[in-house]
Amino acid sequence: MAQYAILIFDDAAAGDYTPEQQAASQRHADDLVDSGAMIAAYALRSADTSLRGDAVTDGPFIDAKEVVAGVCVIEAPDLDAALDLARRNPAVQWGRGGVEVRPVAGGIAPVAR
Amino acid sequence: MTAATAAEQTAPEQGCAGQAGARQAVADAHRREWAFVLAATVRVAQDLDLAEESKLPLLVEPDEPAPHRLTDHDEADAAKLEDAVPDERLRLIFTCCHPTLAQQARLALTLRLVCGLPTPDIARALLVSEQTMAARITRAKKKISVARIPYRVPRPAELPDRLAAVLGVLHLLFTAGHTAPSGPALMRTDLADRALDLARALRELMPDEPEVRGLLALILATDARRATRTGADGRLLRLEEQDRSRWNRGALAEAHELIVAGLRGGRAGGRAEPDRAGVDAPRTGGRTDAGGGAGAGWPALPVPVPAGDQGRPASAPRSYGRGGGRVPAGAGADRQRG
Repeated sequence: MAQYAILIFDDAAAGDYTPEQQAASQRHADDLVDSGAMIAAYALRSADTSLRGDAVTDGPFIDAKEVVAGVCVIEAPDLDAALDLARRNPAVQWGRGGVEVRPVAGGIAPVAR
Repeated sequence: MTAATAAEQTAPEQGCAGQAGARQAVADAHRREWAFVLAATVRVAQDLDLAEESKLPLLVEPDEPAPHRLTDHDEADAAKLEDAVPDERLRLIFTCCHPTLAQQARLALTLRLVCGLPTPDIARALLVSEQTMAARITRAKKKISVARIPYRVPRPAELPDRLAAVLGVLHLLFTAGHTAPSGPALMRTDLADRALDLARALRELMPDEPEVRGLLALILATDARRATRTGADGRLLRLEEQDRSRWNRGALAEAHELIVAGLRGGRAGGRAEPDRAGVDAPRTGGRTDAGGGAGAGWPALPVPVPAGDQGRPASAPRSYGRGGGRVPAGAGADRQRG
């Protein structure tokens, strides 16, 4: 099995997800957990701060129409299987962003608190 | 040891003509068997690069039949296979034409791995520098291994999209050969031959796929005019100037049979639209019936032409399904209507 990060992109100007969209995202996450594919998932707030060298900048590192709104890491036997799971992410169908699938090179499991 | 040196060693006493003949025989065998050998080796090695390097020694004995069908799977290994795989080459073609690879990369990988074309030749055919092509192939192979693009034939549910990507590559390959994007000659017959070989192989492997049948018919019907498309000075001859008695009747008959069978089969499987090549093939093949007279009219199309298709040359490439994308520069410029 291999691990893939699914980066969820959203339109920076589109505002928060609607309650229906939030519920759909939650259902999708639950499905991934139930199927055993989910390793970790995080939804991110905007209000980002970027650092490079000594410079501190208000805003995202790269100014783009789409910003990373969340990330989840899943386990799948190959790219086709990972794409099948990624395709089920409701954000793919909302017309305000989409997802990017990237193989994970390495990492650590979340540390228990 | 290369295939060429092998040829010299197998025919040391036959003189120059014999040597050239043997070299040609080895080249032919190499072209025919390359994909079989590589595909089988990839399955064992589970790595494209390793397989490409390790299979070379297998090709130095032209008398040995290529080990193209794996018969010695042990039971456990066989049980792991999801489906019965008709031919290892199918896996290879579908891997090279995976939709997550860029269209250009699919074409390059297919030429490199399925056809066994050397990188400099591919670079020339696709109008990029050798360095660029080498980098593109390396990057594509790396993606296959790092992202774990699976080495298998798609499941039936995935087939429409995946097959479209394969057909798109074959069509581009043929078009690049039919109307060469560069060079003094109108045609690159080697590329057209490769495309025809692959379309035949695909048809053998997936005999029930209407799109495969349609593409093979299209290639056959278009390529049947090969000998008559240029004059003695290499100048392009328009359709009405061509000597129709020299059209390849065998290829035309074969295309005709495929088209008629396809039409008779109807839109089996409840397809809403006739397949794309299946539409083009009768449009091209219609000309196959045109006896010898230059004024012979084209028969009416027995199939509906999808909206937006009117006016497009029948041999121009287009994107198949979602697998579409950029085509090699100039490949779409059908400089003639012959």
